[in-house]
Amino acid sequence: MSTCSVSKGCFVFKPKSKKRRIASTADYFNDSKNDSEDSGLRFATCESLWKQIKSETEQIQEELNKQLYDNIIRFLRQSHSEFQEKKTEWACRMKSSEIPTAALVLGVNVTDHDLTFKRLSEVLQDNVTPYVVSLQAKECPGIRYLLKKLMGQLMDCYVEDQSEEEEYVTVSKKRIRCSLDALTDWYECVTKKTGSETPSKKRTSPSHWQSPPVVVIFKDMESFTTKVLQDFIVISSQHIHELPLVLIFGIATSPMIIHRLLPHSVSSLLCIELFQCLSCKEHLGTVIDKLLLTTKFPFKLSEKVLQVLINIFLYHDFSVQNFIKGFQLSVVEHFYSQPLSVLCCHLPEAKKRVNSFSHEQCEHIRSLPSFRRYVESQVSEKQIALLTEDNFVKEVTWILLEDLHIYHENYFPVLKCLHIFTSSLPKYPLGKQIRELHCACLEKRVWETEEYESALQLVRMLCKADLVAMLQKCVKIFMSFPGKEFGNTVEKLEEFLSRFQNLEAEASKVQDESISSQKELQKKTDLYHLQKTLLQLKESRRSKKLTKFEMLRFEVVDFIDSLVRNYLAPAEMQTLHEVVYFGAASTLCEHLNAAPRTALHTALNNPYFYLKNQALKSDAGCISNKAPDICIAYKLHLECGRLINLVDWLEAFSTVVTAVKGTDSDSVASDEVDEIIHARFIRAVSELQLLGFIKPSKQKTDHVAKLTWGGC
Amino acid sequence: MPTLEHPEYPEATLLHLESIMPCRESQMSTLLSVFGERQQYSFPSIFIYGHTSSGKTYVLQTLLKTLELPHVFVNCIECSTSRLLLEKILSQLQSLSSKTKHASHISCDTLNQFVCLFKQEIMAEELQNETIYIVLDKAEQLREMEANVLPAFLRLQELADRNVTVILVTEIVWELFRPNTGCFEPFTLYFPDYSIGHLQKILSHDHPPEYSADFYAAYINILLGVFYTVCRDLKELRHLAALNFSKYCEPVVKGEANERDTRRLWKNIESHLKKAMQTVYLREVSSSQWERLQQDDGEPGQVKGLSAHTHVELPYYSKFLLIAAYLASYNPSRSDKRFFLKHHGKMKRTTFLKKHEKTSNHLLGPKPFPLDRLLAILYSIVDKRVAPTGNIFSQISSLVTLQLLTLVGHDDQLDGPRYKCTVSLDFIRAIARTVNFDIIKYLYDFL
Repeated sequence: MSTCSVSKGCFVFKPKSKKRRIASTADYFNDSKNDSEDSGLRFATCESLWKQIKSETEQIQEELNKQLYDNIIRFLRQSHSEFQEKKTEWACRMKSSEIPTAALVLGVNVTDHDLTFKRLSEVLQDNVTPYVVSLQAKECPGIRYLLKKLMGQLMDCYVEDQSEEEEYVTVSKKRIRCSLDALTDWYECVTKKTGSETPSKKRTSPSHWQSPPVVVIFKDMESFTTKVLQDFIVISSQHIHELPLVLIFGIATSPMIIHRLLPHSVSSLLCIELFQCLSCKEHLGTVIDKLLLTTKFPFKLSEKVLQVLINIFLYHDFSVQNFIKGFQLSVVEHFYSQPLSVLCCHLPEAKKRVNSFSHEQCEHIRSLPSFRRYVESQVSEKQIALLTEDNFVKEVTWILLEDLHIYHENYFPVLKCLHIFTSSLPKYPLGKQIRELHCACLEKRVWETEEYESALQLVRMLCKADLVAMLQKCVKIFMSFPGKEFGNTVEKLEEFLSRFQNLEAEASKVQDESISSQKELQKKTDLYHLQKTLLQLKESRRSKKLTKFEMLRFEVVDFIDSLVRNYLAPAEMQTLHEVVYFGAASTLCEHLNAAPRTALHTALNNPYFYLKNQALKSDAGCISNKAPDICIAYKLHLECGRLINLVDWLEAFSTVVTAVKGTDSDSVASDEVDEIIHARFIRAVSELQLLGFIKPSKQKTDHVAKLTWGGC
Repeated sequence: MPTLEHPEYPEATLLHLESIMPCRESQMSTLLSVFGERQQYSFPSIFIYGHTSSGKTYVLQTLLKTLELPHVFVNCIECSTSRLLLEKILSQLQSLSSKTKHASHISCDTLNQFVCLFKQEIMAEELQNETIYIVLDKAEQLREMEANVLPAFLRLQELADRNVTVILVTEIVWELFRPNTGCFEPFTLYFPDYSIGHLQKILSHDHPPEYSADFYAAYINILLGVFYTVCRDLKELRHLAALNFSKYCEPVVKGEANERDTRRLWKNIESHLKKAMQTVYLREVSSSQWERLQQDDGEPGQVKGLSAHTHVELPYYSKFLLIAAYLASYNPSRSDKRFFLKHHGKMKRTTFLKKHEKTSNHLLGPKPFPLDRLLAILYSIVDKRVAPTGNIFSQISSLVTLQLLTLVGHDDQLDGPRYKCTVSLDFIRAIARTVNFDIIKYLYDFL
């Protein structure tokens, strides 16, 4: 490099900042599928769809937690009013001043808590008090750090509130030592100021209370050390008269933890009230109901993908956030990998897009398995037309898309209706939750399964009151869906209901009959006659006509059955289902449920899997000498016992490596191992040691110990 | 005849002191005589100890305030470092000597500096010829500060060469304070626990204005009868008395009984108090909830206490991980073969046992186990095949953060971490029941 300087010296050249383009998701879409021109469109569709879904999920979250937030605010208000009138009453004077504390039980899905707490502090800041502090255990290893963090956050929110006071705060910030005394002074100062200023300026939000409480949220109660918590509570209880403090404990396990962490002398300083968050399973149920069991969003999950997501939720983390993340991943993956996903939008839009399809895209449609099945089922002239004329394909696609839409519109009401019947059966043959029923219906024809059969059997035994209640619920469901299809269904159901009502009148008649027959029985005193009549009675009972109620019940069940057969066909049987259903469960599984040990084993055992080098392709059993050294060493070590003799291992290694050369360099055939091979071996062994497969053993110096399964 | 006598102070003040601090006359008179007259040098350091709420702080505070002695009162628990403590003392001194002008902040890092600054502060005329008292409440915190803090405070009079007395107030005995290197021995004063008679007297002392003293004393008598066996903490008793008094008055307010009808009142309140002992005293139910219940006349059983919610919902594999961890913690590792291999053969408990293993493992507590053993047990107790996915490993660490497992020893993840299971048998049985796993069959202790 040159400089314009004439003198000799050392010059510093800053490297020119290379503009590293951060590849956006859009570019990613474009780059990889350069053949299809619609990738941009697909990306846009994906984005807008995800935006909708996201806002929907946020709304769900809000609604679900509203109750909880309201309760907490009510609790705060109550404890606060006590704080204000403390000095007057005798009873209040006598009572020891406790710190109001809300114990918030949130469940074990720790990943979801952040969102809840964030929202909670927003709600509190909007409605109650500007002074909300949230603390995490890892930030507070000691009481000093806790106070520091607490004061830092409080002072900051003060600055935000009134920008002109900044100089006061910054000056005092340097001076203030972290102690609760300082905090009390600060609080007094702040409230006095706002108290005198509010009438004239109205700067603080009007919803805030007079002398607002200071809310301290302990996000993860379990992880706090007892000493820190105890100290903090003891100290702050001495200032409770000047500083209206409210604590919120975030608890993941059970409220018992409070007694485990705090001794009685400390917990007697608290006035603890319990608040329970909605259980995460219910939360998931609502999310599935609002996102998946609706025609609002064109995108759908296939049975396998849904099963993967639900399994991860139930088996591993209970985290609704992760479920939604998985859902997002499947949306992106679907739009990325399926060229026809461009049609995965609302019906009118999709129709427009079909019209502007190119020849290539029509070919895509033709290559869909479900479309091919459809073609095969047509008459031969139509088949030819479908395979040759693009315009005709477009027209058909148009119709098929409409069919698919109607299928969905019918599917969900009927599914919900069936769920009403199956959800209250003993032992739940078709599952208790609607998601299980949904999966069963997506998987195969549900009416062919044994579970369905047994469920219907059980429905046939329901009592009248239950049946009527269920039918009423079904009517409500069908009414709430706007589809025109169900006009007849609703009529039919209402007819059933009215017939059930009429039954009551007839029922009394039936009773009369049975009484009369019994009377007849009482008349006969002769043993022979009695036997005879009893036999007759038995006969008649066996072949007895069903009562009217039973007949009606059968009719209802048959009707439900017909609904199910008509509308709950699995989605895979629908033509063009590939457009809206995402089915690559294995891809999703790889991303969400990674198996590091298995992956490592695969990489070492079968390097072709990752390297895709034709030379590495080999049969399962044998060891190729073209594989990387570490793979060879790994495979050899699999065959050994707990302790591996290094010399033997080296010998085996060199045999494998020199196997090909062996044909022409037989003559060498000495015991001496090539130095290079030796070095390669040592490197491979130390790599294995780094990966944690072996470790040097103290039992024998020239041996190493195996650490993985079957080892020690 | 007044028990307190002191030439310095007028008799009326002393009488007043006596009336607001009943049952502490002897301690007070000792303190007064040790303090002496205002300008006299007192003992350099006084060590006051006694059980919780035996009136130590209250007596000292009222004494110093009523007699208007110059003093500084610091609660050590608020001062995590010696620097905070010293600065706090100095700033209070500052406000003592100059009440009008706003105090500027003093920074003080070491004791040496403190002594110098202390002398400066004392220079003010009104403080010069009086004893200054520095009271350090919760003095046990001093032991956790630097080694020189406690001895220096004990002989501050000598170090500063001023008329000052340091009073340490604590709940533990002097023997636990005394440093190894020895130090100045303070004058120790013990505050004994209040007896039941004392408690009765003190609690009846402040009766509500609407009711007569006798009526309230009868109430306190009943209250003490119930609670005295479990709680002698005056503060707590006062709190409980205030909480339940409205219930006691109920028949009187309603006109069903008059104030003298003690038997009837007793019947009304006794079961109520017993319930209070099980709930509100243990803080199972908060005081405000308790009051609301009283107002609504609801059954206390309606509100569930904190301990009622023991159920913890866990993901499926977390449950099995926890069960596996429990088995690994409480079974000797040699018995794994017997429980988890199909053809383990017969293994009699008696022959199989070593001598020390005959004691119940549940009495000995959980033992640490390596990660591999946990996973091996997990694979054999879950019916389905479990893939060792990342999620399984992350669940183990999330169980650790939930404090259901604890990591033992070093946290070097590469070198085989070891865990302990910290949940109780009842808890694990409840968990095992939800997944239909008969844990008792797999526990060595119940073989």
